[in-house]
Amino acid sequence: MSARDRILAKLKAAPNLPKPEPDVAAWFAGHRPVENTADKVARFRKCIEFAHAEVHAVTAITWLPKLREVLAARQIDKLLVAEETPHGNAALDELPPQGIECSTYDMPIEAWKTEMFHATPASLTAARAAIAETGTLILWPDAKEPRLMSLVPPVHIVLLDSAKIYNTFYEATQAEGWKDSLPTNALLISGPSKTADIQVTLAYGAHGPKELIVLLMGDEQ
Amino acid sequence: MNAQPIHFKPSEGFRDRAKAVVDNPFLRQSFRGAMDFLMSKRAGQFPDVEELESLRTLGEQIRQYNLGKLPELLVRLEENLTRNGIQVHWAETPDEANEIILGICKRVDAKLMVKGKSMVSEEIELNHAAEAAGIGALESDMGEYIVQLAGEKPSHIIMPAIHKTKEEIAKLFHEKVPGVEYTDNVDALIQIGRKVLREKFLEADIGLSGVNFAIAETGTLCLVENEGNGRMCTTTPPIHVAITGIEKIVEQLSHVPPLLSLLTRSATGQNISTYFNMISSPRKPGEKDGPEEVHLVLLDNGRSQAYADEQLRKTLQCIRCGACMNHCPVYTRIGGHAYGTTYPGPIGKIISPHMLGLEATATMATASSLCGACGEVCPVKIPIPELLMRLREESFSAPHPNPAMRGQGAGYNGLVSFVWRAWATVYRSPMLYGLATWAGSRFSWLMPSSQGPWTTVRTPLKPAPKRLRDMLKERG
Repeated sequence: MSARDRILAKLKAAPNLPKPEPDVAAWFAGHRPVENTADKVARFRKCIEFAHAEVHAVTAITWLPKLREVLAARQIDKLLVAEETPHGNAALDELPPQGIECSTYDMPIEAWKTEMFHATPASLTAARAAIAETGTLILWPDAKEPRLMSLVPPVHIVLLDSAKIYNTFYEATQAEGWKDSLPTNALLISGPSKTADIQVTLAYGAHGPKELIVLLMGDEQ
Repeated sequence: MNAQPIHFKPSEGFRDRAKAVVDNPFLRQSFRGAMDFLMSKRAGQFPDVEELESLRTLGEQIRQYNLGKLPELLVRLEENLTRNGIQVHWAETPDEANEIILGICKRVDAKLMVKGKSMVSEEIELNHAAEAAGIGALESDMGEYIVQLAGEKPSHIIMPAIHKTKEEIAKLFHEKVPGVEYTDNVDALIQIGRKVLREKFLEADIGLSGVNFAIAETGTLCLVENEGNGRMCTTTPPIHVAITGIEKIVEQLSHVPPLLSLLTRSATGQNISTYFNMISSPRKPGEKDGPEEVHLVLLDNGRSQAYADEQLRKTLQCIRCGACMNHCPVYTRIGGHAYGTTYPGPIGKIISPHMLGLEATATMATASSLCGACGEVCPVKIPIPELLMRLREESFSAPHPNPAMRGQGAGYNGLVSFVWRAWATVYRSPMLYGLATWAGSRFSWLMPSSQGPWTTVRTPLKPAPKRLRDMLKERG
């Protein structure tokens, strides 16, 4: 008998004590507000700024100049972007002529791990959606915009459409039908990397980005 | 570099270890300060008592519902993970789990394993086993890294290095990390750790992590963290191995949001952690990063024993937030190391006996004042005080056939048991009671001046020269 069979046999031999199914939907309906976009934007912003992220209100026209300003303020002249995405292509078109080198994630990480870790000061990705309740960005990395883009560069800049902010994590998973469509890696990101492991003193930039900058697109602010 | 395994009897020497901490003002200050901080952070997250209580009730229902279907859900989880390309392994014991993980390491001739925070990997002493097999196992959570550098064990399940001051950590880095000048600036210390560990993430052949929730219906492993080292370990090396206890499973994705909210708010007083990482498959064709192989090791190690008993099963509801420790007056005074087990504090007292047997843990459940704080703050309503009473009963009752727990009766003492039975007999009979108190008041000079633990801090007990009933009689 394998370990699997032995463990399952022990569990099956235990008394069968079925319990009623919890009503998660009812709890959220009774305890979390359903807000309009403006209120969700305000709540999202308050929470993620509390977690030390920087948020800039932008429009479809102003986001690129704001991005350049954000990079200039940090004296960063190199940005990792995702080819074949609308925002990545826009950055590739506009930024290099203005003195910002744009590199792309165009080969498997094994081919350029060292460069990613040592010579990539900032990255730009989109967020798929966000959560107002906790000030959380939702990212679904894919072949075009891979996982490490939101982890390794010390500065991570995220473009978010304010129309895509959900009230709660629960609402996001339900509205988008996550249970039938989860990608390789789904991520909730709620601020820059941090730790309080030394004498409960909060320090940012533990292992991931030291700074998280959100470019929040939409008219509701 | 690693500490020795802790497979000794945690019950033995407990008093001495506890006393050593109580006598150390620096350690007491560290724990008191940190626990006060964590308690107030948690309280700040739950301003609305109705919301807290209804969410705790929901959390309890979710955990009990899923435990009720555990064998079925484990099979479903395995099916869906396998369908997604994640390889599932089962281990009954820590040795089996180590063998599985080291087998994966040896197959690819791994030199270095980087580890995200995993209490289950502490439970199986993986670092020790890896070192014995010539494989480097490096902790990457800042707290765990500090504790490993110092050759110690975590003293708290959420804040592993909470027993160390920044000055001690500064000295440790200066001595153990090549080329590091002494600094006790916390930001600078974290940046030193970041620099060292980033090189290791690049180099590592295997990334190891724990699991906070495993979702059966989707075949997904969820990890909660703030630092990003968990994401590093599960994304950068070519192979990711996750390990979890068999109880950390939920049937549905919809069960996760309430548990996540309870977990982060109860643990560190955050409305959510910086990262919530949901892994459903290894790297797919065309994807440019992520591990080529993902493995999950499901560990029993005594959990099925707890599962077999309706009351003890509640132990498995735990989501490992650590709130019971933060609020425990005993833990706050003696810290995590005194317990001598991987899991300290109230949760440690109720889970460790299933892992190590009551022979080794007979007195653990007595290190409690039964004040009830642990049960009151538990986000999934585990009745910890009730379970402590049950474990005392299991430890100290006379051994009987078919016990619910390995080592039942390990603390049984025939003489003590006889004394208590005699006491009960005397107190049930007015005649015997009268006789006993009469003898007591006449022969009180026979009472020894040293009365065990009582007289270490108190004056000896001595029956009064006159009984209450005699005094009442005199008054008429």
